[in-house]
Amino acid sequence: MERHGLRSYLVGFALAVVLTAIPFYLVATHALPPSRLMYVIAVAAVLQILVHLRFFLHLDFISTPRENLLAIAFTAILLFLMVGGSFWIMIDLHTRMAI
Amino acid sequence: MNANVTAMPGRPETAESDVHEQRALGFWLYLMGDAVIFALLFMTYGIMVGNTVGGPAGKTLFSLNNAALETALLLVSSMTFGFASLASRAGNRSAVLSWLLITFVLGAGFIFLEVREFLGMIGAGAGPDRSGFLSAFFTLVGTHGTHVSVGLVWILIMSGQVVFKGLSVPVVSRLFRLGLFWHFLDIAWVGIFSVVYLPGLL
Repeated sequence: MERHGLRSYLVGFALAVVLTAIPFYLVATHALPPSRLMYVIAVAAVLQILVHLRFFLHLDFISTPRENLLAIAFTAILLFLMVGGSFWIMIDLHTRMAI
Repeated sequence: MNANVTAMPGRPETAESDVHEQRALGFWLYLMGDAVIFALLFMTYGIMVGNTVGGPAGKTLFSLNNAALETALLLVSSMTFGFASLASRAGNRSAVLSWLLITFVLGAGFIFLEVREFLGMIGAGAGPDRSGFLSAFFTLVGTHGTHVSVGLVWILIMSGQVVFKGLSVPVVSRLFRLGLFWHFLDIAWVGIFSVVYLPGLL
């Protein structure tokens, strides 16, 4: 019960605020070169999505039904194939079309 | 007519909780389908982002303050919906309604900012017909905005159900699925500010 309680939402909110503030602050101040800033944005986004799944949607490996986790894992594989595959094709096409 | 009445036996309590668990799984499957839609729109945006055909790019169009404010509204609304969920499990009807109302106002504020941004861009000649980049931008961000708008209508409907039906088992179960939907939309928004606004303003 405690796992899904008030604490969960407050901790999730605090972590989400930090993980949002860091990339916004760095973009506002141009504190890093753009290429390195992209990595910070990407890492903060992935971490924040995990924070939301854990603290707001209450996903974990104990209380979440197995079928739900399987559906999510399956979707993750689909997304990886579709997004990764499309970028692969389009970037390849782009380099071959470039004169 | 009589047959209809006898064909609906009252379900025992245990079967009821099974039904709600199955509906939660069904709703997760729907959300995962939505995740696929968003991922493909993100991918389309990623491929189209450079295709500005001489038109304006993100750097001149996007406002970091506006994006930050939208992010704050949606994030706080995700937390306030969490408080509504907690109140619904505690059986506190007036607290559920208050938190739902606060969530609705925050979500409506988000939609207001987004519509204002869209209208400003279209007014400046940077509508979805201007370039491939802008078509992809409006499709991706607009799809998310449409979802949030549907979520707002759903919040209103559920507030009405809490008022008129009380916190019955089906109503709490529906509130739970609405919560999944609302938290999911915040996750999609994390993707949008990380893929669209922040990189666009680098």
